[in-house]
Amino acid sequence: MPSRSFHWALGLAIALAVVLLNLPPVAAGRLRVAVSSLFLPLFGLVGSFQSLADRAAFAPLTRSTLIAEIERLRMTQQQLQLSDMQGRAALEENARLRSLLGWQPQVRWTHKAARVIGREPTTWWRSLTLDFGERHGARVGQPVLTSDGLVGRIREVYPLTCQVVLIGDTECGVSTLVRETRDQGLIQSTASDPIGEGVVLLRTLQHSPGILAGHSVVTSGLGGVFPPGIPVGQVVDTRSAEGGLYTEVRVRLAARLNRLEEVWVLTQKSP
Amino acid sequence: MNRVPITLLFLATWLAVFGQTQFPTLGIPLDIRPALIVYAALTHGMPTLLGIVAVSSLGTDALSANPIGVSLIPCFLLGFVLNLQRHLLLREQRFAQAWLGLSGGIAMPLMTWGLLQMESQPQPMGFGLLLRILMLGILNAAACPALFVVFDGLNDAFEYKPIAEMGFRADREIKRGRT
Repeated sequence: MPSRSFHWALGLAIALAVVLLNLPPVAAGRLRVAVSSLFLPLFGLVGSFQSLADRAAFAPLTRSTLIAEIERLRMTQQQLQLSDMQGRAALEENARLRSLLGWQPQVRWTHKAARVIGREPTTWWRSLTLDFGERHGARVGQPVLTSDGLVGRIREVYPLTCQVVLIGDTECGVSTLVRETRDQGLIQSTASDPIGEGVVLLRTLQHSPGILAGHSVVTSGLGGVFPPGIPVGQVVDTRSAEGGLYTEVRVRLAARLNRLEEVWVLTQKSP
Repeated sequence: MNRVPITLLFLATWLAVFGQTQFPTLGIPLDIRPALIVYAALTHGMPTLLGIVAVSSLGTDALSANPIGVSLIPCFLLGFVLNLQRHLLLREQRFAQAWLGLSGGIAMPLMTWGLLQMESQPQPMGFGLLLRILMLGILNAAACPALFVVFDGLNDAFEYKPIAEMGFRADREIKRGRT
């Protein structure tokens, strides 16, 4: 027969759970910040160790190797400067043509670097924690990407950190199009494939037999969350779904989501 | 009573919550909280168990995309049932500890996922998610006996030793001869 203390404990746990689950969003957010701040020293410690390890990796390099690397970087920088000049000229031309046609000016984005300091501790969500918070300019909904492709969008913002929901999570729908065929679709979930990590499902808006393996998938810009043209991934295979009403496409993501260390957050958009 | 082992248990729980955000292997977070709760339920009282459950569930919910408080009931139920029935469990046997770790490692995520269905849309249950939960169970099956070994060792190191009583008692001595 359970003693009275067992009943008290059971009652206390249920009451606490009911109260916590029914907290107003603001109070729940504050509690989340308060509890997660208990782990900030550990996040800082791990970050310091990573920095030390990164520096230690450069320590054994010889002077000649470093000089060669600087030369290579200088060349790359010059090439990028040329590409940048061409891009700027194209943008200016684009803006002039848009104004001539009376179209709205394109939204322009700037980006800030952030470091991944934590990963999702549960198996049913796909998210990351970045060392980039409200104080650094983080806002809910900002897109996150790497040089390879789209990563996700910011879901929640705290003073010093933010939580990013990754592409493939049920809470991160991405409107995309297949670059070669211009077929549009929506990425909503990860393929339920235990060994297919990094593969997501894209459902096209209509039956699209022209999509082939190897075609590239980019963001369409519809919905206004993600700018158009960000690489998402490559088509692995396709199949007809719902009696041929639409096509289900498996897409291998361009960004390696399980090996992310640094990402870019698209921050300010200005006309 | 010496508080060092209990403090170390709380510290281990705090580190375990943080650890699962840092070292994902094959896409699976290294979550050994079920093993810690099994250990706390079988070796400590209800107040300590409640504390461990609060630290592990609130910490995990705060660092994850879970609504805060959702994993409290699954964590508590696991510990509560084991604590209630611990006189019937072969808690000192390694195979029993491994089985309890396996059961806890599977039951706790499944209960949390079930609760989440009521108010949000986590990843739907498919073969991939089931396999990951099964691997978590195996991880906890390995971690649970290891935790018993480590914490029993710490208990031996930090607990006060019982006073060894001698068989000889001066007041019961039979005196022989003339006094």
